[in-house]
Amino acid sequence: MEAMTYASASGLLAWTWALIALPAAGAAVLLLAGRRADKWGHWIGVATIGAAFALALGSFASLRGLENKTIATELFTVMSVGELRIDASLLFDPLSAVFCLLITGVGFLIHIYAVGYMAHDDGRRKFFAYFNLFVAAMLILVLGGNYFMTFVGWEGVGLASYLLIAFWQTKPAAATAGKKAFLTNRVADVGFLLAMFLMVGAFGSLDFATVFNGAEGLSTGMSLAIGLLLLAAACGKSGQWPFQTWLPDAMEGPTPVSALIHAATMVTAGVYLIARSHIIFSLNANVQTAVVMIGALTLLFGAIVGCAKDDIKRVLAWSTVSQIGYMFLAVGLGGGAFALGIIHLLAHGFFKAGLFLGSGSVMHAMNDQTDIRRFGGLWRVMPWTYATFAAGWLAIIGMFPFSGYFTKDPIIASAFAREGWQGWAVGGAALLGAALTAFYMTRLFVLTFHGPKRWTDDVHPHESPAIMTGPLVVLALGSIGAGGLMATSVVDWLTPVFGEAHEAHGHLTHAQVTIATMAVVVLGAALAVLLFRGGTDAVPRAAAWPVRLARADLGGEAVNRGLFERPGRVATGAAIAMDARGVDGVVNGLSAGIGGTSRRLLTLQTGFVRSYALSILSGAVIVVAALMVVVIQ
Amino acid sequence: MNETQTATLQIDWGGLAPMIIVFAVAFVGLLVEASVPKRRRLPVQLALTVAALIGAVVAVVLLQGANTTAFSIGGTPIGSVILDGPGLFMQGLIAVLALVAVLLLAEHRTTAGGDFVSEAAVVADSAADVAQRRDPGATEIFPLTLFAVGGMMMFVTAGDLLTMFVALEMFSLPLYLLCGLAKRRRLISQEASLKYFLLGAFASAFFVYGMAMLYGFAGTIDLVGINQAGVSSGEPRMLLYIGVAMISVALLFKAAAVPFHMWTPDVYTGAPTPVTALMAGCVKVAAFGGLLRVFNVGLSSSAWDWHTILVIIAVATMLGGAIFAVTQRNIKRLLAYSSIANAGYLLVGVIALGDAVGQTMFYLAAYGFTVIAAFAVVSLVRDGDEEATHLSRWAGLGKSSPWTAVVFTVLMLALAGIPFTSGFAAKFALFGAGIEAGEVGLVVVGVISSAILAFPYLRVVVLLWLNEPAPDAPTVNLPSPMAGTVVAVGVAATILLGLFPGLLLSIVDGASTFLGT
Repeated sequence: MEAMTYASASGLLAWTWALIALPAAGAAVLLLAGRRADKWGHWIGVATIGAAFALALGSFASLRGLENKTIATELFTVMSVGELRIDASLLFDPLSAVFCLLITGVGFLIHIYAVGYMAHDDGRRKFFAYFNLFVAAMLILVLGGNYFMTFVGWEGVGLASYLLIAFWQTKPAAATAGKKAFLTNRVADVGFLLAMFLMVGAFGSLDFATVFNGAEGLSTGMSLAIGLLLLAAACGKSGQWPFQTWLPDAMEGPTPVSALIHAATMVTAGVYLIARSHIIFSLNANVQTAVVMIGALTLLFGAIVGCAKDDIKRVLAWSTVSQIGYMFLAVGLGGGAFALGIIHLLAHGFFKAGLFLGSGSVMHAMNDQTDIRRFGGLWRVMPWTYATFAAGWLAIIGMFPFSGYFTKDPIIASAFAREGWQGWAVGGAALLGAALTAFYMTRLFVLTFHGPKRWTDDVHPHESPAIMTGPLVVLALGSIGAGGLMATSVVDWLTPVFGEAHEAHGHLTHAQVTIATMAVVVLGAALAVLLFRGGTDAVPRAAAWPVRLARADLGGEAVNRGLFERPGRVATGAAIAMDARGVDGVVNGLSAGIGGTSRRLLTLQTGFVRSYALSILSGAVIVVAALMVVVIQ
Repeated sequence: MNETQTATLQIDWGGLAPMIIVFAVAFVGLLVEASVPKRRRLPVQLALTVAALIGAVVAVVLLQGANTTAFSIGGTPIGSVILDGPGLFMQGLIAVLALVAVLLLAEHRTTAGGDFVSEAAVVADSAADVAQRRDPGATEIFPLTLFAVGGMMMFVTAGDLLTMFVALEMFSLPLYLLCGLAKRRRLISQEASLKYFLLGAFASAFFVYGMAMLYGFAGTIDLVGINQAGVSSGEPRMLLYIGVAMISVALLFKAAAVPFHMWTPDVYTGAPTPVTALMAGCVKVAAFGGLLRVFNVGLSSSAWDWHTILVIIAVATMLGGAIFAVTQRNIKRLLAYSSIANAGYLLVGVIALGDAVGQTMFYLAAYGFTVIAAFAVVSLVRDGDEEATHLSRWAGLGKSSPWTAVVFTVLMLALAGIPFTSGFAAKFALFGAGIEAGEVGLVVVGVISSAILAFPYLRVVVLLWLNEPAPDAPTVNLPSPMAGTVVAVGVAATILLGLFPGLLLSIVDGASTFLGT
């Protein structure tokens, strides 16, 4: 691989910073203008994202003609300590270009949709402000010219998603989900930060070119450590095993948020990080194996749980977990599969955004109900939503000639191409995942739109307004056409980043894989149609243990509870018990209206100081004892 | 007559000027209390105090680059007061932070008569106490503050243990008093004062005992001498270990490290908020100034012996502070526990020794400005006359007082270490130095701890912006120029140091070598 060199920005490419500044300015206006902007504020949000999309298109076009497609822009120096210098710099290369197009393009459509979706929400202006903030942060993440800037965006999207998931604070579930997303994201941040510190130690720099060009010289242990830390970061952000539980809970936020953050953009940040750091990941076979295994495991995990869920948004959420598993699998395989992971990511951005917005449209029609057991027969009432959802459904299950076919199929083929038993294992997992995906997505589709009506009495479904169906149509067109268009062009486009792609050859030929995939997809879908065309019960029936296990998220929650929540509760319980003996107890007593507690206060007081002094004394004893140990040694 | 008595004592008056100015004005302040009529004292005292602190800052700036001792006999330096880069930087930092905090002490507009009691000797909650609620607060707080500040400035430049002990007492005693002077919730304030005093005295005893042990080991109380003795002394090393342990306990008590931290939440909550701000900002600097000097100058030769135990304390402090902070419902207690966790991060800088002195000082500056501004905001949000410290009362503040909420959000983000705030730059520089010094494990714990600690901070942000305000929401009292300046300076420093940390990092980089190392 040749060394990475930067070209300086000129023409339209010198305006890369404006890609970030436009949505950020929109957010600032919306937040600062206050209630005055309630009437028209959302259009500012839409306009700034639209402008950013236009700029991204223009920059993309200018980049095409260039020899060196790695365009760096230096904004200013953030810190300079001794040898270490960190700049606020931006990098526009083929990889960030496609991400920019995805984020601003899909973001633009979702913004338009949200104008309609949030029309009756009092907090619409604030919602758009956070939404813009999120887009700006996401653009910083993918445009950052070094790990520091990527981290800035990384933190930014974490913050913005926390705000957006918890947007409906009045819903306790939303507040809890926001916390959960936040805590998991902190795990990711810790991994990222530690990886950055190790890079500073190893390279004395966080700059992409310096790190990548010097990566060859890393010791095995160091490359393993940096790789695994970055992987932990990526898994946390992208909802991969073992951090998958936050993503489905994040569905408590408004549906456009689910579409943008938890389908099209933020959750792909982990894939971006791995793709961007592909040189580090390619250094160490163990790290690559870890990525592949996590991807294979998660894609099955998500698909199995997806089969057992009845909440339309949760099924889609688990399918997101599963589809990102495919992307992880691809970027873990390395070599030519890097680009395959990215095109699946792009295709997924379209069809998953379409599916989520479609589900929002359904919820809009059904009084915000999300239980697919109470849907059915909606195809007649909402034809636009039905047709666009169908396109997304066919795309995600990978049916020819929809986009998923062109992007998922090569990933399965590459998985089979991996050497030894691992090829059979991950290839088999990917194939099984495709069958399961076909099953649960068809189940979702059939139960929602076909079969007998199982509506509750108070709903009167209707088609959504044009401002919501318009974006759905555009996204549906993407779901149909994008895959075929991108299958070769984007792979070629990404060559400067990932190097030449080689056709993978392994256990099975590509043709065999394609036939097998199509067969299992049709089988899975047919089975689902057969089982569910007659509708289903309004409440889940008692089921055998595999279904019960899947309904319980395959024990993910239970593990969380046992491993983190319970020890956490014990720890905080102990903390509170210790703390309650402090002034707080007294303060509480006072605020309860007990004025003359001085006697009690005095008796407590001596006790407290004594116990504090005891703490100091025991601390001193420990310190002395520890130093004595040195003497004995 | 022997030789030492004939040789003359040379005193570098210029080098002592920062402290002399502060102490001299403190005495003038006492005279003002005795001679100026009560209602005119506040402006006079405030002007004097501000002038003294500005004078001290100017004197420190003029002294920059000095690398000498203030006293010498016949050309031989005596190490009681040392004027070197770290000492002067921290003197200047203490004076600047005190200058900011003093404006908060003088704030009289947010509540009738200010936050301080008029006659502290009146029995709390008695009829006389209720009657004096509307009287202007005592102005003795200004000379008391100056004595404390002078003591702190002496503490960070003290080159031997005896001077250090005198300075320790000199800044502690006024603080004990200041803690007990709150006008409202006086019982809690007095309780905090007494607790702080008793435990502080206990810790001081450890210091004296440790000093005796180290003298027994090294035959000197001079830090440089103790360091040499660490290599060459023939006395039993047991004396050194007990001495190191005892001195550390006393210093770690002031720095609020676990398990010597238990006073912190109580005292921070009970003390008048301006005093809490002073303690969180300036005392932190002084305590770590002392720790840095003792361990770098006096104990670096025995680093191998104390390294493990200090690492354990640092880990306990980082994790303890962060975990306790998560469950807090009172903003002042939350900030107190965050101050404990931050002490843990700063200990990483102490353990990393010479490599991290500059970065530790940067952290102290960044943290000091942010935390003083945070306490200033706390003092503005009130239920009637009392501060609304319970977090549930802060819900929805973004709706009723957007600017206050914006300011507090910036401060919380800085404390949480979000990029482009001073908190991130400081943590990054400090932990980076820790990695350079080979303390990878400590940095890992530090990063995890700051990840945990970010949660309570950001929960406050969500509370401010996303929750609905209670019907009887607290009012945010518009600050007079005093508290307004405090908040503005704190926020400006937080953002400036976040965007351009290089400005200060280059200064601390040039001032990071102790004399005698």
